[in-house]
Amino acid sequence: MFYANVNEMVGWPTEREVNMNQNLLPLEFNESPEPVAGGGLLDRRLFLRHGIALGGLAVMGQDIMAADFDRPTWMLKPGLPFSNYGQPSPHEKEVIRWVSSNPAVPGNGISWTPLHLLAGTVTPSGLHFERHHNGVPQIDPAQHRLLIHGMVNNPIFLSMDKLVLYPMASRFCFIECGGNSNTGWHNEPTQSSVGNLHGLVSCSEWTGVPLSIVLEEAGLQPNARWLIAEGADAAAMNVSIPIEKALDDAILAIYQNGEHIRPENGYPLRLLLPGWEGVTQVKWLRRLEAADQPAMTHNETAKYTELQPNGKARQFTFIMETKSVITHPSPGHALHGPGLYQISGLAWSGRGKIKKVEVSADGGKSWAEAELQEPVLSKSFTRFRIPWHWDGRKTVLISRSVDESGYMQPEREKLVLERGKNSYFHYNAQVSWSVDTEGRLSHVY
Amino acid sequence: MNQSNNPVIRFSRLRSLWFLAIVYVSIPSLACAGSEGPKLGKPATNQEISAWNMTVFPDGRGLPSGHGKASEGKQVYERLCVSCHGVNGLGGSSEELAGAKHSLTDPNPDKTIGSYWPYATTLFDFVRRSMPPDSPGSLSNDQVYAVCAYLLHLNGITPESADINASGLSQIRMPNKEGFVRIDEPE
Repeated sequence: MFYANVNEMVGWPTEREVNMNQNLLPLEFNESPEPVAGGGLLDRRLFLRHGIALGGLAVMGQDIMAADFDRPTWMLKPGLPFSNYGQPSPHEKEVIRWVSSNPAVPGNGISWTPLHLLAGTVTPSGLHFERHHNGVPQIDPAQHRLLIHGMVNNPIFLSMDKLVLYPMASRFCFIECGGNSNTGWHNEPTQSSVGNLHGLVSCSEWTGVPLSIVLEEAGLQPNARWLIAEGADAAAMNVSIPIEKALDDAILAIYQNGEHIRPENGYPLRLLLPGWEGVTQVKWLRRLEAADQPAMTHNETAKYTELQPNGKARQFTFIMETKSVITHPSPGHALHGPGLYQISGLAWSGRGKIKKVEVSADGGKSWAEAELQEPVLSKSFTRFRIPWHWDGRKTVLISRSVDESGYMQPEREKLVLERGKNSYFHYNAQVSWSVDTEGRLSHVY
Repeated sequence: MNQSNNPVIRFSRLRSLWFLAIVYVSIPSLACAGSEGPKLGKPATNQEISAWNMTVFPDGRGLPSGHGKASEGKQVYERLCVSCHGVNGLGGSSEELAGAKHSLTDPNPDKTIGSYWPYATTLFDFVRRSMPPDSPGSLSNDQVYAVCAYLLHLNGITPESADINASGLSQIRMPNKEGFVRIDEPE
């Protein structure tokens, strides 16, 4: 394993790999750049200015010197033939979703996106997180229909072959489960990978029919304030959506990352409500009922509500507030000696664009602004990066995001003070990773 | 992809709407872009709608005819529900339904039907649409009412003898009805 360029240095070695391969050294740098904050954080544009020269100077040089100039075996015979549908390299078989479900009801549970093993901002469709209430229905699109009824003048059925003839729109957006990151409410920090702690969020390009177009056809009546959305899964999962969101940026999504939505993400049709909690973005959508009130369904009363210390619960908490997390390095990765590293992570906000991400490498005493990967898109993953010179001493890495509304990702103490520890959902506090002198990372509060 | 009855008209309709297909992510509102589509929906009849519709609203709209008592519901519960929800609605692998010992302001609150759920109608809606997980939709309306009666009785909300029907269920005032604060609901 070697890295051709520091900007592609995404497959951080694990502690095990570091032990096996002592050639994996930190990046070297001829001159010592001035830190911009404590703990050795460097100017976020450092890698951009020095670019390839820096990468070439570092790990790659070592590998080339050691390289054998004989042809490797895969250059000695023709490669494999074409394939109808490409699959990841067999060497990447550990890049998978981790599944956690109720043994008594295997279709009720979750699977996590392995954020610690991915780069950039797009989640591969097959790694998009899952939350099912009773399994993945195997839907024949020829038989699937969407019924729009209730407080409308023209109740209609829309079959999939008709829906694809409607004008379509595309956008990137993240989908995050309301329960993502919820071990953060626990008294002790849970030790696991970023994916298993924060991977109930994923980001795709979604394409479909703006909901406003079909609502116009159905003719919403003036007293219609809510839409009751229902899925065609075995749970017939249902939630209530304010009509304002339905008319704003909601999409009847048919495609994900260019192809038809995967079965586990709602094939053939899901409701997309950019920036809102995952449970409202009903998969396998089969019915939209316009109404003057919410239905007060199980998943908007008994579940997906946040009990506060005063005994009152927050309800209809649709918007996923901004969150950021350092994905590289993170628990399970290992630093291999003092030197130059790139810190990288993801930030997102249900209120719009990410305005700024700051990183601390001294446990929150000082902060430096990270570089945001362009384009920064509203309600989408934003990748941030910042170079860091680790001096080999014990420290704590933290990130905090600010979205375009001006809201900053809160410190854990502040969030817990406000919401208590029994919210279960909507945990978005800052995340801290401690680094020990051996370069091992762990989750700390 | 379906063939239109009149491809020429369909094509020209779509062409006149080409601008709708290009909606950039920087445009915050899709609603203002001119919400006109090709109008290909098939009218739904009242009969079709009632066959599909299973929403139950807090005021009781959508509740079907039928009724049931706690004693009947107990039999259904012990046959189909107890393996996940436990004897008397607690102690199973799935969510606790009854027997709350800790209040909602306790450090370890018990969020049961009786202590947490704001509406009894939710119980009917959820049991009818989702339960039991291995054969959802298999209970008759009388059985669903009976399970509701049993669970409400377990939570001390209705007497054991109550014969629960649409009108009775929608008139129940749950103890935690006022326990919720709506956060992101538009003004």
